[in-house]
Amino acid sequence: MKVTRRQFVKGGVAAFTVTFAAPEFLSDLARAQGARGRNLVVLYLGGGNDALSMLVPYNDPFYYTRRPTLGVPAGQVLQIGTDSSRTALGLHPRLTGLRQIFDEGRLALIQRTGYENQSRSHFLGTDIWSTADPGNPQALGWIGRYLDALPSPADPLVGWNTAGILPHVLQANHTSVPAIANPATYSFASPNGAVEAAAERSAALRIASHVPVDRPELAFVYGSTEAALATLDRVLTVASYTPTVAYPNTGLGQAFRAVAGAMVRGIGTRVFYVTTGGFDTHSAQNTNVANGAYYTLMATLNDAILAFYNDVRQQGLLEDTLVLSFSEFGRRISENGSSGTDHGAASTMLVLGGRVNGGLYGTAPSLNPDPNNPTLENNGGDVRHEFDFRSVYARVIDGWLGANSLPLLNGDFRNPRLSFV
Amino acid sequence: VARTPNRQIEHLLRRAGFGARPDELDYYSGQAVSEVVDALVSYEQVADEVDSNIGRSGYVGTTTRGVFSPNTNITDARQRWLFRLVHSDRPLQEKMTLFWHNHFATGYSKVAGALGALEATRYMAARASEDPGGVRGQIELFRDMALGNFRDLLFEVAKDTAMLVWLDGRTNTKAKPQENFAREIMELFTVGVGHYTESDVYAGARVFTGWNLQRMGSAANGSAHLEFAYVAAQHDTGPKTFSFPVYPDGGSTIPARSAGDGMQDGIDFINGLAALPATGRYLAAKLFRFFVSEFRPPDPSFVDRIARVYLSSRYDMRAVLREVLLSPEFWDARSVWGRYAWPVEYVVRLLKDVGWVGFSVDSALTPLANMGLVLYDPPDVAGWDAGQTWFSSGAMLARMNFASTLAANQRFNLATSSKGFAQTPQGFLAYYASALDMAPSDTIVRDEWLKYLTATGTWTGSDAQRQAKAPGLVHLIGGSPEYQLQ
Repeated sequence: MKVTRRQFVKGGVAAFTVTFAAPEFLSDLARAQGARGRNLVVLYLGGGNDALSMLVPYNDPFYYTRRPTLGVPAGQVLQIGTDSSRTALGLHPRLTGLRQIFDEGRLALIQRTGYENQSRSHFLGTDIWSTADPGNPQALGWIGRYLDALPSPADPLVGWNTAGILPHVLQANHTSVPAIANPATYSFASPNGAVEAAAERSAALRIASHVPVDRPELAFVYGSTEAALATLDRVLTVASYTPTVAYPNTGLGQAFRAVAGAMVRGIGTRVFYVTTGGFDTHSAQNTNVANGAYYTLMATLNDAILAFYNDVRQQGLLEDTLVLSFSEFGRRISENGSSGTDHGAASTMLVLGGRVNGGLYGTAPSLNPDPNNPTLENNGGDVRHEFDFRSVYARVIDGWLGANSLPLLNGDFRNPRLSFV
Repeated sequence: VARTPNRQIEHLLRRAGFGARPDELDYYSGQAVSEVVDALVSYEQVADEVDSNIGRSGYVGTTTRGVFSPNTNITDARQRWLFRLVHSDRPLQEKMTLFWHNHFATGYSKVAGALGALEATRYMAARASEDPGGVRGQIELFRDMALGNFRDLLFEVAKDTAMLVWLDGRTNTKAKPQENFAREIMELFTVGVGHYTESDVYAGARVFTGWNLQRMGSAANGSAHLEFAYVAAQHDTGPKTFSFPVYPDGGSTIPARSAGDGMQDGIDFINGLAALPATGRYLAAKLFRFFVSEFRPPDPSFVDRIARVYLSSRYDMRAVLREVLLSPEFWDARSVWGRYAWPVEYVVRLLKDVGWVGFSVDSALTPLANMGLVLYDPPDVAGWDAGQTWFSSGAMLARMNFASTLAANQRFNLATSSKGFAQTPQGFLAYYASALDMAPSDTIVRDEWLKYLTATGTWTGSDAQRQAKAPGLVHLIGGSPEYQLQ
């Protein structure tokens, strides 16, 4: 599990082979790589999202018998029709923005995504979703592998991580993705002013271009330093971005604001990573109470996504934008004694954007606890997957990023039913 | 005063502590390595009076907002811990406290969300002797048992108030067992993934049914608090069977017991987990990465040997750590500088190397958050990812910027202490390259530092020049990749 991942050297962190280039040149390179090309925003819902509270099979009587306090009342869900199994489905009542996007045909909900023998561990589960490799969860991240496969030298801003630390999904062999939580504070300080400060900065820049030989761990830090210094000026242009809408003052809202700014400024970033946590709702999940735990999670998700969607649409960039969500697992069907839910299996993924074929993909589980119920597993305790999550990734890689999913995913996971993009 | 390097002691104190203040280096340099290791693991022989120096001159500062309240205000708790990290003369006790904080990673944020900021700070950080209800915060538990018996520590953690909130044990009842703690005690605290099954998780949850919290004390005098209670009526009395042995005779079923006797289930289970060889190996591998090196996989012979000491000593962490610190792997040349400094290790070592008088640890809290580490608030139950993940470009900028902040703060101290070494830029650089304890740098890098010293004018070594160049150079060296290793 992740403990092994910490021995990253085993995974082969090669010495950085970065060459320093002036920002002007990088911008040209960025344009050559398609600065105004398609963008992918990977959204990680940390903790294991309880998909059955987000997308509710409100006509399934077992939903309410198994979730006496957490079930979202049928009269409150935002009805969005039936899936191909004729199960009626509704969004959580706080997801009014997502319903609007769904009604516009730009939101795909992919039900029952997971994999065989799904891990219920946060860490192993996150590793597996991040690597798309259940057999080798210490591998590089699938986005990292995609970035590694881009023409080299990669622009140091080809990826943008809005979280403070490097998530596994972005771990790459020779592509360093900067972490820029707040463009406004992404700056180089100095104890001195004016000429002295400039001398420090130019010394730091020259030093950062050095590649220590035979010391890959040290070279990695040099690579981070160089990436930081080489991206300062472009990131500064994002700090001054004025959005067309007001973003919520949540971590996720501000992360999406930065993503929109980077897209509008055309600084060359292709892949963004945003995340919001708190989905590990073992107790007091409070699905139905305004300001309750899960209700607030839905509010955070909805308001940030809607602001971003409207902003990029008004900037004329919606057609270039795809948002893809994942979470390490869904949750148990039956609620526990703490008015919460424990770790489960398959879940629902969200895909939205200007070129998405919206709608309901796959079929909802029947929640009948019969051990032989084919839509469930673990003696009827958990939702069983219908789609391998790598089939969703494959569609994004082939149909959106224009790359080849077969080598990137080490196999053919293409599924013609997943025509969401 | 120029620092007299002592490569062995410096390596030992970077790993078993948080670097070396000049007085620490002097103190230990006169002793043989084995004597120093003995002293570090027998830290009770050193009086624990470091907190009484908070607020005194000559020590790193703290910033108070009203009254300094480290038992009830989390910002002050963080300042107190940072103060201890700089000034404690029991470095290994503090290092192991951090190790356990990461191992049993419990987040203040969730506890505060459930119980409010004041109570949450008490459960995380209060000293029992200073709390009106006698609450011992989780960090104080780790500090008290830093090199204690691992089985006893597991038992205390299972009853710890913050843990019972963090992993929801407080709501674990026979009608609806709560799996959270049962899963993590196997996955993260003892044997690790691959050594337990899903049905072990269910059985483990039933073992801890009734391990809940009760409210004690009185609101009138501020002593009200939550503490562990075994609630017999909420305990599942049925037998619980595991895929691994729980008892010394190999038995893997905890027998049915009356509700009144049911707390013994958890004790049996903890005893069983502590005794599993996989637990010793899991801890040994984790200790390797934390103390020896994360730049190579744990040596199998090391894991075998440490796991054996763990079992033969009946889980005595003092015996285990002594073995770790005297191991050939620890002293192997590949282990020296074979690990990335955690943000808190980086910040404290830089303070010890550069100077602290006139600096407040409060000014380190936001930089630490930007580097990815908030004390008392690990990101999740697995603790910090560590290793390479500390070095996103944003986090690296935060490290460089902290070096700048500290260098600016110490401008006059630096200019004064380097006065006798300022005849030539080479001498000036040599002075700082020695004062700042870092991994070897390549010639081309040292040449750039030297060039920096004369980049804006001829070298004179004047007061004015030192006041600019000393902090500038400390910024460059302290923010260098070499300084991030330890």
